[in-house]
Amino acid sequence: MSRLDINKTYKLYIGGKFPRTESGRYYTINNSSGNLIANMCLASRKDFRNAVVIARKAQNSWANATALNKGQILYRIAEILEGRKEQFILELIAQGEARKVAQKEVETAIDRLVYYAGWSDKYQQLFSAVNPVSSSHFNFSNLEPVGVVSIIAPEEQSLLGLVSVIAPAIVGGNTVVVLASESKPLTSISFAEVLNSSDVPGGVVNILTGNKTELISHMASHMDVNAIVYCGKDENTLKEISELASNNVKRTIFYKKSDWENELCESPYFIEKTQEVKTTWHPTEI
Amino acid sequence: MAKNNNNNIFKASWTYDEAPESTDHIQIKKQYELYIDGEFTKPVKNNYFDTINPSNGKKIATIAEASSEDVDKAVKAARKAFKGWAALTGKERGKYIFRIARLIQERAREFAVIESLDGGKPIRESRDIDIPLAANHFFYYAGWADKLEYAFPNRNPKPLGVVGQIIPWNFPLLMAAWKLAPALATGNTVVLKPAETTSLTALKLAEIIHESGIPKGVVNIVTGAGETGASIVNNPDVNKIAFTGSTGVGKYIQKATAGTNKKLTLELGGKGANIIFEDAAIDQAVEGIVNAIFFNQGHVCCAGSRLFVQESVADLVIEKLKRRMETLIVGDPLDKNTDIGAINSKKQLQTIENYIKIGINEGGEIYQPECKFPTQGNWCAPTLFLNVSQSHRIVQEEIFGPVLAVQTFRTIDEVIEKANNTPYGLSAGVWTEKGSKIFHLTQKLNAGVVWGNTFNKFDATSPFGGYKESGFGREGGLHGLKPYVKFE
Amino acid sequence: MFPNLNNLPVYDNTGVNERVKRFCTRSIKKSSKTEGLKLALSMIDLTTLEGKDTKGKVQQLCYKAMHPHDSLKNIPTVAAICVYPSYVGVAKKALQGSNIQVASVATAFPSGQSALDVKLSDTKFAVDQGADEIDMVISRGEFLSGNYQFVFDEIAAVKEVCGKAHLKVILETGELDTLENVRKASEIAMYAGADFIKTSTGKIQPAATMPVTYVMLDAIKDFYLKTGKMIGMKPAGGISTSKIALQYLVMLNEVLGEKWMNNNYFRFGASSLANDVLMQLVKAETGVYQSINYFSKD
Repeated sequence: MSRLDINKTYKLYIGGKFPRTESGRYYTINNSSGNLIANMCLASRKDFRNAVVIARKAQNSWANATALNKGQILYRIAEILEGRKEQFILELIAQGEARKVAQKEVETAIDRLVYYAGWSDKYQQLFSAVNPVSSSHFNFSNLEPVGVVSIIAPEEQSLLGLVSVIAPAIVGGNTVVVLASESKPLTSISFAEVLNSSDVPGGVVNILTGNKTELISHMASHMDVNAIVYCGKDENTLKEISELASNNVKRTIFYKKSDWENELCESPYFIEKTQEVKTTWHPTEI
Repeated sequence: MAKNNNNNIFKASWTYDEAPESTDHIQIKKQYELYIDGEFTKPVKNNYFDTINPSNGKKIATIAEASSEDVDKAVKAARKAFKGWAALTGKERGKYIFRIARLIQERAREFAVIESLDGGKPIRESRDIDIPLAANHFFYYAGWADKLEYAFPNRNPKPLGVVGQIIPWNFPLLMAAWKLAPALATGNTVVLKPAETTSLTALKLAEIIHESGIPKGVVNIVTGAGETGASIVNNPDVNKIAFTGSTGVGKYIQKATAGTNKKLTLELGGKGANIIFEDAAIDQAVEGIVNAIFFNQGHVCCAGSRLFVQESVADLVIEKLKRRMETLIVGDPLDKNTDIGAINSKKQLQTIENYIKIGINEGGEIYQPECKFPTQGNWCAPTLFLNVSQSHRIVQEEIFGPVLAVQTFRTIDEVIEKANNTPYGLSAGVWTEKGSKIFHLTQKLNAGVVWGNTFNKFDATSPFGGYKESGFGREGGLHGLKPYVKFE
Repeated sequence: MFPNLNNLPVYDNTGVNERVKRFCTRSIKKSSKTEGLKLALSMIDLTTLEGKDTKGKVQQLCYKAMHPHDSLKNIPTVAAICVYPSYVGVAKKALQGSNIQVASVATAFPSGQSALDVKLSDTKFAVDQGADEIDMVISRGEFLSGNYQFVFDEIAAVKEVCGKAHLKVILETGELDTLENVRKASEIAMYAGADFIKTSTGKIQPAATMPVTYVMLDAIKDFYLKTGKMIGMKPAGGISTSKIALQYLVMLNEVLGEKWMNNNYFRFGASSLANDVLMQLVKAETGVYQSINYFSKD
């Protein structure tokens, strides 16, 4: 007699916990044969609103964690993901990838986490400056995180794309609310489990699954979100986001690429995009 | 009401029982061989020397002595491994170095205990400072391995080749980390010689390096004394020498490499000025003095060994300092309550005691709190010399022990001039609550590291190194990559 | 005599935190640990300050104070019971025959936001009921507004009403913002007649912390050097485990030393600390980790 599996329930990831959507709604993900893989939560604007409140609460202490600490946490995420490599490969296959492609995607995602872990205590040295002003002042410019960032993750490459937008934002001290790929959301919630096991404080990363069209306007207009990252090419959506973002002069970051594999898809400039520059003056005369 | 200036009024009455760190979980072999080309191999001439526990004079283990033939083998192995190592992607190189960092973290306590046994520093310092900093140093540079194109604007950095590295006995594992991490991250292969009185943690590091899977020959560790070091310096197939140690030996190495194509960085001695202004947070400044000169028994190249205290607060500072010194516990390095451990070797103790004699003969006013030393081992009480001047030998020469020379000063310009009045230029400290004064002083002091309202702080991201005869080149931070690359 | 507030020491927070951390790395073992634990127990002001306190609650607490753990021999009792003025009489009666002091909060505790005559009659009531010690609060609002003379005068007035009772002055350091303010408030309190300076009411966060206590011990040290008078110190709130209490004692030992290491000059304002100390003492005796089920909760 064969043994019956326990099917996994996919919920949202908010504040270091896994709640269901407050709306109680769902949408289905089927495999290529049309059979049900999972019922995903159809997140509501209230879920998004709650996630922003939690992300805001967590942002100050995350930003104040030392660069070393953040780097070690990101490295830990890579360690845990490496340990679950097979699980993620199988999930990507279930979502329609070929094994070879899936394996490459997971391995690149792991390496990318290590990549950004390594930037945590270095990007300041790259982008900051001591400025030789003409008065008797010590003047320096350094980077600070923008704060809370809403992210619409890439639709394709549901793991690698997700990691590629989350890692640079959080290593810089931001907290994020992410809307996962709508058609391939499974890996995003499994990735949330990895985050949860990696000493990432609750609220630093929050992941929602749901309908892009329904949620994008809220993600772009929320007055307590400091920046929005959108992955996609649709010109109308880009325009809509830009217009709504102007409500609170939100910073907009658009990634139109569809392939996150190659080396150009990781760089310290991805970190820099969700940073502000602060310049400080202090007299030096006695 | 009657005033009472008796220091003993605040005498601590509660004495702490022994709190020894457990040693039964650590593993030390009876005999250690050289680590060359990925394996532990016997020295060609079959010579060995003992490594001694400086707190009781007992032998801990036997260490192989590398002759010039062994050094030759090591350099050949490093050369052979260089091509493959440099050809790896930065990402893959970085992963090996991340592994080393993690392995150190996993074995942190064992490293800390062995460091204290072999070198004499308090377990509290090796546990809380040396070992974490060492692991973090590997962690930091591992992250640079695949990012070098961002470190040098408009330049294409390439590794140098085979690097020879010679490190001192005051921070054995940490100095090994400071040397190995940037060299490996940039694609070089290494022949490293630890100091002869503190070889053990470098050899335990060799075991970790072995377990990390790093290709053989990339890291070679050859133990020995001055002659082994000279063999490395003089080996014709070494592309670069990195040395941390005394200024005397540094000058010898600079001379020996003259006319060769060998690149060189030196991190040498110092006689750091620690300056306390009247508007300092006095209580914290006093603690800063203690950290500056009594941390690690004063065996610190960047020690704040010249105290300059503004005359208007001199009496107050000295009184508070003496009281603070009374609470310092000199004792068994493995006792968790020990503040000041054993002097690293009999030789070093003699050097320090000699300087103390010189100081007394020169007319310095000596102060040492009463200390109860264990019966065996090398011990020195924390020592002050008051009322000395720039002309005193104990103010000019590096003692490398827990001996502080104290001078007063009156004006800002005066103290800047005196602080800079030395052939050394490694470190300085400034204590004042006035921001502009800090920036003014940091701009004017000729030292590679200037500490404002703190002292002896180190971080993997923070470049460290000297001006003038304290050496050249920087370790740590972005600047620490430069000594290990060349630009086509 | 109003103190000179102009040349008070300044403190570097990073430096103070580092010094405090160093105290916390001391390893207290064996007989020095047992010694420390007993000392800590003898320094506790067992406290109940709740709106829902009743006569019965206070009586039970008093019994616990006199009988911390009868099966453990040779342990001291706590130093005092600390209650609201309305229960001083109850406590006094319940503690008859013991050496345990009765301390009462007063002066519109915990906020101190009331008229002077209300605060003085609050104090007088507690003293008349038999309180051995009065724990008053300073007017933080006046302090932060720079009205230091007001704060000084208020303390002096309360001290007068105290008569023979000892006066502890609560600075409420959690509201004072900077270490310089803590030093300033300490100075005012000591010169105005405080017998003890105390960190907190325990009603707000943060309550006692080691950095703030360090500054207050420093103030006491300088006051002694200037005047020859010893002032006591009481950290209150948040000291719930033996480990923390021992860290405070290490700091006291290395800053003020022998003369202050007794309950005439140092107290812990705590409630659950007592049982944790008792559990540690039993563990030291038996070698076995304890459960709260074997210790009375009153």
